[in-house]
Amino acid sequence: MANLWKIFSKGIIQENPIFVLALSLCPAVAVSTTVVNAAAMGLAVMIVISANNISVSLIRKLVNPKVRVPVYIISIATIVTVIELTLKAFAPLIYKDLGVYLQLVVVFAIILARAEVFASKNRVIPSFFDGFGMGFGFFTAMIFIGVIRELFGNGTILGFSVFGSSYPPALIMILPAGGFILIGYLVGVYKIWNERIEKRSGAR
Amino acid sequence: MSADNALTLEQKQAGIFTVSASPHMLSNESIPKIMWTVVIALLPAVIFGMVIFGGGAVQTVLLCVISAMVFEAMVLKIRKRRICINDGSAFLTGLLLAMCLPADVPFYLPIVGSFIAIVVAKHSMGGLGYNIFNPAHVGRAALVLSWPVAMTTWTPMTYSVDTVSSATPLGVLKLQGYDAVVQMFGGQADMYKDLFFGFRGGCLGETSVLLLVLGGIFLIYKGYIDWVVPVTMIGTVGVLTWAFGGSVGLFSGDPLFHMMAGGLIIGAFFMATDMVTSPITKKGKIIFAFGCGAITVLIRLIGGYPEGVCYSILLMNSVTPLIDRLCKVPSQKRRVA
Repeated sequence: MANLWKIFSKGIIQENPIFVLALSLCPAVAVSTTVVNAAAMGLAVMIVISANNISVSLIRKLVNPKVRVPVYIISIATIVTVIELTLKAFAPLIYKDLGVYLQLVVVFAIILARAEVFASKNRVIPSFFDGFGMGFGFFTAMIFIGVIRELFGNGTILGFSVFGSSYPPALIMILPAGGFILIGYLVGVYKIWNERIEKRSGAR
Repeated sequence: MSADNALTLEQKQAGIFTVSASPHMLSNESIPKIMWTVVIALLPAVIFGMVIFGGGAVQTVLLCVISAMVFEAMVLKIRKRRICINDGSAFLTGLLLAMCLPADVPFYLPIVGSFIAIVVAKHSMGGLGYNIFNPAHVGRAALVLSWPVAMTTWTPMTYSVDTVSSATPLGVLKLQGYDAVVQMFGGQADMYKDLFFGFRGGCLGETSVLLLVLGGIFLIYKGYIDWVVPVTMIGTVGVLTWAFGGSVGLFSGDPLFHMMAGGLIIGAFFMATDMVTSPITKKGKIIFAFGCGAITVLIRLIGGYPEGVCYSILLMNSVTPLIDRLCKVPSQKRRVA
């Protein structure tokens, strides 16, 4: 159990997909302008990456290594299509906001990387926890970015006004430039944080 | 001073002499002396801006300069460096930022702009001597992105000779064409005269061509800036706008107008010559200044914004390391080979 917790939790801080591995930055900047969109994207990726790790792990002994990447892509594409149709039916507004980035989940580096690095070499249960942890790390990072960008770029959180109507929103925060600057600083914060964790575990 | 020390420390740690960012050469000139001299060269144009745009300009300049120095002191304190805000570098950054703002901006714009210039553009890159981009222009670019309406609301002149409109000449050119600009000034000769002396709408420190050129010549005389940069940049803008700026075929544009309008003069003399963010060698400086001029003309004539000096200098800042590699001085070349 402790081992599974370790596999799950490493995706949240030590190997956070956005802040430490610096994967999938394009959607992180593009759709994190509001908390709702960021959360929807984070949830979608979390489901895809967990489900895909399960399916890749299940078929890991059947796949010829030479064709593994196309096989993984088909698996991811199937799951993404399911999510896309579900969102289209039940949350059409969010579906419209996410736009092309939802379909682009198929080729997210982080999902393929987890299939390649972890799920293709491990049993089903650990693979699920690995995907779930990575997806959860992505989700929390997206929420983090989304809250800050919506707060300063629009003066709201989840659509509710925080600073009142006299606040002049700083549009740069909901433009890509502000997104990149913010992610740069958060990468720095995570680096300091990780160094402290390492120092503490080293001292012990 | 601290930048020089840090540089040698880094070289010691590396164990070798690496090709690194400027400043390279040590001389009797100190950073405070250079910075305060540049401030003095800018003062006439700033005071002129305060006179023609009134109290709003005074407030903007004060807010920019004071907040820049406060942020500088705070960051140096957090970074556990010696607090040397009297070296003038933060004062100069704040002053340059103020000169690129409209006079009557809301009070939070200068403060946020100074924050971005000092904290984001300067100290996040490593502080004085390490920044890749011109801090004042980064601050301005961020403000234009964030509050586009406030940044293009121009103050009418309190002391007006014959112009009543507060619109900038380049803004009118973009929206209504060249004839409307001439009409606004009431004749071509009047237009050149007003542009030269600075009686026009615009950012608070960029209007007076006369005072800015005098300040620039003072700095060239002192040896702090290289004359090739402003001459190449302004010349490039002149030639390209003369060739492509007209409405009736090639070589029908108005180079004099384009050379004096907007922020070209202040950009060419005081921003493109920044020691930290521009190339070291003369050849490199010419390439840099040509690029700045060409991008400025591209944005003015084809792009969506009326003015492109700020973006052109920022874009060329980003390729400064490449230009420096291209134009190495002979001793560096031998060492690398």
